[in-house]
Amino acid sequence: MKTFLFRVMPWLWLALFGAEIVVVLLPSPEKEFHTAAFGRLPVLMKGRVQPFDSVARNSLLQIRSTGDVPLEMVPSWQFWRHPRKLKSTEWLLEVLFRPEVADTRPVFLIHHPELISELRLGETRWEKSGLRYYSWTELQPALTTIAEQGQQANQTPGAQRTAYQRQVLKLANAMSLYQQLKNSLQPEGTQDFAGLVAEFQAALPAGLAAAHALQAGKEFDTESLRKLAGLVQQFESLARLALPLAVPPPEGAPPDAWTNVGMSLLSSLRDGMIHPSVSYYAQMATTFGRGDEAGFNAAVAAYGDWLKTRFAREVAKGRAEYYFNQVKFFLHATIIYLVAFALAAGALLTVDWSAGVSDSLRRSAFYLIGLAFAVHTIGLVYRMALEGRPPATNLYATAVFIGWGACAFGLVLERISRLGLGSAVAGLAGFITLLIAHNLALGGDTMEMLRAVLDTNFWLATHVITITLGYSAAFVAGGLAIAYILLGVFTPLLVLSAGQTTLGRALASMVYAVICFAMLFSVVGTVLGGIWADQSWGRFWGWDPKENGALLIVLWYAIILHARRAGLVRERGLMMLAIGGNIVTAFSWFGVNMLGIGLHSYGFMDAAFKWLMLFGASQLFVIALGLVPRTWWRSSCEAGV
Amino acid sequence: MLDRLYRIFTSLRLTVGLLTCVFILVFWGTLAQVHLGLYRAQHEFFRSWFIYWRPGDVGVRLPIFPGGYLLGVLLLVNLFAAHWRYYRPGGRKVGVALIHLGVVLLLVGQLLTDLLATESLIHLREGETKNYSEASRRYELAIVDQSAADTDTVVAISGRRLLRGGDITHPALPFMVRVREFYANSSLVERELPGHIAVPATNGMGVGLWWRELPHVTETDQRDMPSGVIELVTETGSVGTYLVSAFFARPQSVVYQGCRYELALRPERYYKPFSIQLLEFRHDRYPGTDIPKNFSSRVRLRRPDTGEDREVLIYMNNPLRYDGEAFYQASYDKDDRGTVLQVVRNPSWLTPYVACLIVGVGLVVQFLMHLMDFLRKRRVS
Repeated sequence: MKTFLFRVMPWLWLALFGAEIVVVLLPSPEKEFHTAAFGRLPVLMKGRVQPFDSVARNSLLQIRSTGDVPLEMVPSWQFWRHPRKLKSTEWLLEVLFRPEVADTRPVFLIHHPELISELRLGETRWEKSGLRYYSWTELQPALTTIAEQGQQANQTPGAQRTAYQRQVLKLANAMSLYQQLKNSLQPEGTQDFAGLVAEFQAALPAGLAAAHALQAGKEFDTESLRKLAGLVQQFESLARLALPLAVPPPEGAPPDAWTNVGMSLLSSLRDGMIHPSVSYYAQMATTFGRGDEAGFNAAVAAYGDWLKTRFAREVAKGRAEYYFNQVKFFLHATIIYLVAFALAAGALLTVDWSAGVSDSLRRSAFYLIGLAFAVHTIGLVYRMALEGRPPATNLYATAVFIGWGACAFGLVLERISRLGLGSAVAGLAGFITLLIAHNLALGGDTMEMLRAVLDTNFWLATHVITITLGYSAAFVAGGLAIAYILLGVFTPLLVLSAGQTTLGRALASMVYAVICFAMLFSVVGTVLGGIWADQSWGRFWGWDPKENGALLIVLWYAIILHARRAGLVRERGLMMLAIGGNIVTAFSWFGVNMLGIGLHSYGFMDAAFKWLMLFGASQLFVIALGLVPRTWWRSSCEAGV
Repeated sequence: MLDRLYRIFTSLRLTVGLLTCVFILVFWGTLAQVHLGLYRAQHEFFRSWFIYWRPGDVGVRLPIFPGGYLLGVLLLVNLFAAHWRYYRPGGRKVGVALIHLGVVLLLVGQLLTDLLATESLIHLREGETKNYSEASRRYELAIVDQSAADTDTVVAISGRRLLRGGDITHPALPFMVRVREFYANSSLVERELPGHIAVPATNGMGVGLWWRELPHVTETDQRDMPSGVIELVTETGSVGTYLVSAFFARPQSVVYQGCRYELALRPERYYKPFSIQLLEFRHDRYPGTDIPKNFSSRVRLRRPDTGEDREVLIYMNNPLRYDGEAFYQASYDKDDRGTVLQVVRNPSWLTPYVACLIVGVGLVVQFLMHLMDFLRKRRVS
């Protein structure tokens, strides 16, 4: 019975999480308003076609640092309670068509106490773990202060801004983004936009005739002209503010000639025609504002049908990206990685207590890592297909890819060694890198267009991929080395026999093998980078910080390999140097971007600095732990070195 | 003694020590770029024999750490010596030896690039034609004799020579150039400002101006603006004292014995046997954003001696390679009507490619050997 349970348990784990994934993959039913259908509609923003849902999600991330808006506050420790929430597209619909409701939603995140007192903001109901959220209405009295302070902060060079200035600038940007969104599909506060557009259409012929007569110096109808001019005035602010280019190009225009609703309406002055998509949006605005579900759903469906025949590719892109947003592959992979890590750690710790339990846990972890890896891979490939690019295009994407690479290494190691160590490292690396990716995604769109020099799939697919795999291998080696030291100091497991050798020995040879891989990928990647630089900037090597970062990794692993060869370090020294490799790699990956100099510095950020320092300190701590004399280790060395 | 030296230079411990030094150097040099700027940090850390420390204003400098050149040379010596001592041909170390050979080639190639490569810029407005490129940081004093009907005679004195001061003579010049003062970087103003003194010029555009010496700029996107006061002297006396400055957009003329000369302190020029005309510059952005999608320059290349005349499109990641030089899209004018091309002449540009190939082959050989071993071991166990 017991052995049966041990044998079944891994499959149960797999079934549990597999079922969750299947449920997530199934489409969820629409509510009264067909928000999902609206969320799928394609627009052009930040230079790329994306669904309204992505516009909503990325804007909300920039404003609130979350992907949706909770409608009630639940304390963090009550994790089982799911608060009611507005999904990103639902929130966007309110902002677009019912701004008076949206203005009361607590979406503006402020967590700098100085800023809160400067703006004289009172207590808010919306506070969670020290983060406070305010609504537009609550911020209204402080509007001018925020604008002025934001302006000041904007004039200060990025590196010299204080924490206060960064916060106020972020808030000012968030508010201006919100303001633009409110004026994206109709002028803010319009009661019946469909009526307004109809009025405009009716006024066009007479008004245009009057305008032509005026130009020609003939008699003209003042009343018609004044009426048209009054309407046009309302559309001008729309043309200036509207953010997504929501109106697809008219027939015969180039495929990226999208415009916003305001500009499209103004261009009607030339030909007297109103773009069909403007009429559809106007329908949606009026019906949503009135709470007319059937009317709204019909307008969205009709627009969808109209688009489908003319812009099939864009519609498909919108649908695909919407689905990708909803499924959240990487979030689910993160959770499974964490569970798998816990199981693998359990397997390691129970190994000399009960072989049956340990083996069952180990296999559970291995299966779950396999599942997480599959989900991670699907997400990665899906993203590649959406972008039409190799997997690592920006810092966010490198985080996702490093995790994927580390997990692949871990799986292979586990397959060979079957000790649970590979799974543990894969789970931890996958979890941490995806967590980093999640935080990097708070900056906004992660599928942004690439700047001119990076716009080459060939070099992205060769140089960036090899460099990033080098990072993965480095972190895997470092992770295994940490396991070695922690297990050695706190448990007697290192001297446990594993096959013909001890666990410690097995670990050491794994670390050495992975270090060789790290060296291989880093050298090849760095050299390829040099060739790319020679192709695009005219020099193979320019001592640019990012190049130096890559060189530091190569040098570090060269030092390790030569030191081992020269007999300067043995098993324990190798481990400590491998952990040092974690610091070097993290510096190369993140640290050099923070220096903010050179041709490679396209991702400057400061919040991450604190975390980088903490990471470095933690690694140094483990190295220091490794320096504890061997006799004090719980795995003291009757069998080891 | 010799034996001991031999053992030191062939030891792996030296390799580890040197690699550690390089590691520290690169890390230190990278951090130093924040304060020194890319260009100066590169010179002080990587293109140097020693890193110097200048305590206070005493004016002495103490070598405190080996620089890039020294470490590179020591590593090369160590590498050769160690292979001489340990390598036996045909053994299992073919892969490792190849990798190291590639590394040697990379290092040597970089040294050659440092010594031989020249970088310059061509700035062209749309429609403009030039047959020379200009150094981005080095200046020269050009004295142009315009007396002949169809040719100009140019005598150019390098900025470094001007910095040394003293008298400069040239057979093509009827006068001697006496450098009264020369600032490698300077500020020039039209009225008295704190710290500035009157320019001691008697003739030309410098009369009535105020100047002061400035320290070298370190930011990558800024450059030094040198100025100097020179006196043109003949055996019979002085022709005049002139201010020459990088701030002056036009040359100033001097008339001596009925001949007109032009004086200009301008970026050093590299003349070419062909000319380049900018036909069109394009700065494409992604729709609805300011994110650059592409920069490209359509140029016309004309070479009188061969009759060559063709159009070329230079854009990101696609330089024009011609006559031993490569032309890269480097920058552009704010109004998008002009381009800046970076011109690189690097006779050893191929060495890194060859080196990479050798390293790559070495890595593959080594990797395959290890893999075979591993598989064999697994089969046995």
